[in-house]
Amino acid sequence: MMKKLKNRRQFNRPTAYYIWVGVFFLFIFILTGVFYYASQKIEYVWRWNRMPIYFAYNDDIEIISEIDGEVESIVLKEKEAVITIKGMDASESYKAPAESVKVDEAEMISSGDILASYQKWKPGLLIIGLWFTLKISVIATIFGIIIGTIGGLSRVSSNPAFRWLAIAYVELIRGSPLMVQILIWYFVLGTLINNVLATYGFDRLSAFWYGVASLSCFAGAYVTEIVRAGIQSIHRMQTEAARSLGMSYVQSMLHIILPQAMRRILPPLAGQFISLIKDSSLLGIIAIRELTKAAREAVTASLQPFEIYLAAAALYLVLTFTLSMYVQRLEKKIAIA
Amino acid sequence: MIDVRNIYKTFTQPHEVKALVDVSTKIEQGEVVVVCGPSGSGKSTYLRCLNRLEIADSGQIIIDGIDVLDPKTNINQLRAEVGMVFQSFNLFPHKTVFNNIMLAQQVVRKRSKQEAQDKTMELLEKVGITDKSEVFPDNLSGGQQQRVAIARALAMDPKVMLFDEPTSALDPEMIGEVLDVMKTLAREGMTMVVVSHEMGFAREVADRVIFMDEGAVVEVGTPEHFFTNPTHDRTKLFLSQIL
Repeated sequence: MMKKLKNRRQFNRPTAYYIWVGVFFLFIFILTGVFYYASQKIEYVWRWNRMPIYFAYNDDIEIISEIDGEVESIVLKEKEAVITIKGMDASESYKAPAESVKVDEAEMISSGDILASYQKWKPGLLIIGLWFTLKISVIATIFGIIIGTIGGLSRVSSNPAFRWLAIAYVELIRGSPLMVQILIWYFVLGTLINNVLATYGFDRLSAFWYGVASLSCFAGAYVTEIVRAGIQSIHRMQTEAARSLGMSYVQSMLHIILPQAMRRILPPLAGQFISLIKDSSLLGIIAIRELTKAAREAVTASLQPFEIYLAAAALYLVLTFTLSMYVQRLEKKIAIA
Repeated sequence: MIDVRNIYKTFTQPHEVKALVDVSTKIEQGEVVVVCGPSGSGKSTYLRCLNRLEIADSGQIIIDGIDVLDPKTNINQLRAEVGMVFQSFNLFPHKTVFNNIMLAQQVVRKRSKQEAQDKTMELLEKVGITDKSEVFPDNLSGGQQQRVAIARALAMDPKVMLFDEPTSALDPEMIGEVLDVMKTLAREGMTMVVVSHEMGFAREVADRVIFMDEGAVVEVGTPEHFFTNPTHDRTKLFLSQIL
C-alpha cells in the first residue's frame, strides 16, 4: 500500500497515473484479443466445456458377476451391500453401495450380468499429472535441501576432500543439461542400480524414483552454491565471536552461522524450488506421467491442444505462485523474529 | 598468568605485513594492562594471538600454564577461559539479549538451564540492562550492545578478559557506560588486556601500559611513568597526538 502511494507520487498529476494503469489493462486486453482473433482465423473451435473431464469426471462403475449361479444373499451393512452369488461349485461375494444393487435375492445370474451399477468421481488426467508433479517436486525439494546443505558445508570446509568433492559435484551438474542428466539417471544409472538390486533380491526402483533422484541432484548443486553464499555472507566476525566463547566449529555453525544464513538463503532457495517444479516437466521423457506428460496424453485423446496446454500452464502457475506467496509470508515472519 | 615470549606474525595477504616482531610480555594475575599505539602497530594482532584467533608464526604463548600455540591444546577449552570483547560487538543478531548470554553457557559450559538463567540475570544486572533482556541486539544502542557483549564473555567465568578497542565504534556519549562496566571488572580483580585509546581509562585503572609501534613493543610502564615522562621519542610523539 505504501509502495503504491509512493509510486503514484512520482507522477505530477494523479490522473496521469490512472491513465497509465488503464494503458496496462488495455495492453493485456489487446494481446488476448489478437490471440483469440488469430485462433478464429485458423478456425480453431474452442471447446472449454469439454475441459472439466480432464480435471474430474463421474465414472460409471458396473459390478459384474464372474460366475453363473443364484443370488444367495444380499446383506446390507450401513450403506454398503454385500452380494453373495452361489454357483455350481463356488461362491463369490461382491461389494457395492446399497442403493446401486440391481438384483434381488434368489435371482438366477449368469456370468457377465450386472449386479450393481453406480457413478463415482474420479480425478481427470490433468489432476493426476498435477498430483505427480507435486509429489515429485516435494520429495525432490526435501532431498535437494539435504544435499545442498551438506554440499554447502563441504564447499566452505577447509578439508580439501570435502571441498573438492563439492566443487566437482557442482561443476558437473551445472555444466550439463538437465534433460541429459535425467536420461543418464534412468538409462545408465538406473540400469546399473536395478541390476544390482535384482541380484540381491530387492525390488527394482521405478522411473518415479530416478526422476526424483535426477531432480534432487540437479537442485542440490544449485542449493549448494546458495548455501555457500549464505554461509560466506555471515561468516567471519560472527564465527570469531562464537569461537572466542569456546564453541567448536560445528557448534558455531549450528547455533550461529546456519540459522542466520537460512534467512538470507530463503529467497534464492524459493526461486530454485520454483525452477524445480517447472523442471519436473522434463520427466515425461522417462515415462513419468507428470503434468506435462499428462497434458500431452490429453491432447492426443481430445485434439484440443489450445485449451489443454493453456490449462496445464495455469496449473503450473498455481503451484509456483502458491509457493512464492508462502515463502514471502515466511520471510516476513522470520524477519520479525 | 599470560606469558608471551618472542612471538612473530607476518600476514601475506593481501601483501606482506610484519604485524608482530619479537613481542614478549608478561602479565600477572589480576593485572589490568592497556595496550596502545598508532593504527597498524600490531596491537590488535597481539590481542588476537592470545586466544589464537590469529596463529602466531613463532614464539610461545602460555596462559594459566596452557601452551596456546601447541596444536594438541584443546583450543575451545582455552577460549572458554579467555573472554573476548570486540570493537564491533559481534552479538548474535538472531538471538535476544538474554539468549546471547545463555547460549555458550549451555553449549560450552554444559550448564543446566536454571543455572544458566540465574547467571544471565546476575550478569544483566551487573552491566545494567535487565530491562532489555528480551530485545534483539539490533534494537539496542552501541553502548548497550557492548555491555551485553561483555556480559556474554563474562558468562563463561573467564580467567582473563581481552578487549579489542571496545569503545572505538561507540558514540562519545556511550563510551562512559562501557568504561564503567570495565572499571568495575578491574576493581574486582579480573585480569584484563585492553587495546584502547582511552587514556583516561588507562590512567585511572591500568596497572601497566604497553605502547606498541610497527609490530614491536616500544615501551612498557606504569601509567604514571607513561604519561609523565615517557622515554622513547615515538611514545612522546604518539601521546602528543592523542592527548
